[in-house]
Amino acid sequence: MTHRRRFLMGAVTAGFVSTSVQALQKLKPGTIAPAFTRTGFDGKPVNLAAFKGKVVLLDFWASWCAPCVIAIPHFRDWQARWGTQDFQVIGISMDDSASEARVAAARLGVNYPVVMGDAKLAIAYGGILGLPVEILVGRDGRILSVWHGETSPETIEKAVKAALG
Amino acid sequence: MLLIAPLLFTGVATEPATAATDIIPASALIQPAQLASELKAKPPTILQVGFSKLYQQAHIPGAIYAGPTNSEAGLTALKAEAEKLPRNTAIVIYCGCCPWNRCPNMDAAYTTLKAMGFSNLRALYIVDNFGQDWVDKGYPAVMGQ
Repeated sequence: MTHRRRFLMGAVTAGFVSTSVQALQKLKPGTIAPAFTRTGFDGKPVNLAAFKGKVVLLDFWASWCAPCVIAIPHFRDWQARWGTQDFQVIGISMDDSASEARVAAARLGVNYPVVMGDAKLAIAYGGILGLPVEILVGRDGRILSVWHGETSPETIEKAVKAALG
Repeated sequence: MLLIAPLLFTGVATEPATAATDIIPASALIQPAQLASELKAKPPTILQVGFSKLYQQAHIPGAIYAGPTNSEAGLTALKAEAEKLPRNTAIVIYCGCCPWNRCPNMDAAYTTLKAMGFSNLRALYIVDNFGQDWVDKGYPAVMGQ
């Protein structure tokens, strides 16, 4: 039993949670990426299911997170380079303030959809208990890789290239 | 300050010889294992000075949310909580939003509480983040507002 599952069971016993006891289980490769639909910063809906058939990189980030901000130019470059090859980045901001996230996204020149995340979505993804978190989803909608914390862009790029084939 | 930090992707967080921030002295740091032990005996007052979405997902039992202290609103919230406490209260502040030497909240929280006169103030030393250094280690955590 993982620590995260034990934590949730304890939390449920103490009456702290309304989510299932398995909610904070870390997502493993092969798991179907949890579905979500959110409104993007451009006002358009962002539905993960709509990207099935593409390789999707989910970037959990925040404007106050230095490693996140440093990584974004790489994601922007990959989106420009491989967007026509069925690659899609989706930014999920964990900022408390949407306005701060919007300003940061504009300043960073993101060229992919960005939505606001919340605790519910984070829990669905096994808990985003520190940033950044990157999740690579394959064309079949299954998770290929999960990176918690500051990760070399070369590591992620290699996995993206492999997924694109 | 953080944005001009060296643009390195080390992939591995190394423990600093002294406090990784510019402000918090090494003597004021408390390790996660030590705090977990204190929770069983005589818990200090714990203030989470990070971001609310992190607190909502998981926090140390009994921790009061008082942040984020990288903003004026968060500092106001911290001061409001701290004003209720005697100045000799044993306080532990923590965040864990990101690696210790990148945290935008801890320095401001520590400086503010020191300026208010708190004499028994410590900072939880979270190397990477709250998930890896607290929850994944099996230390107690709860979810909620």
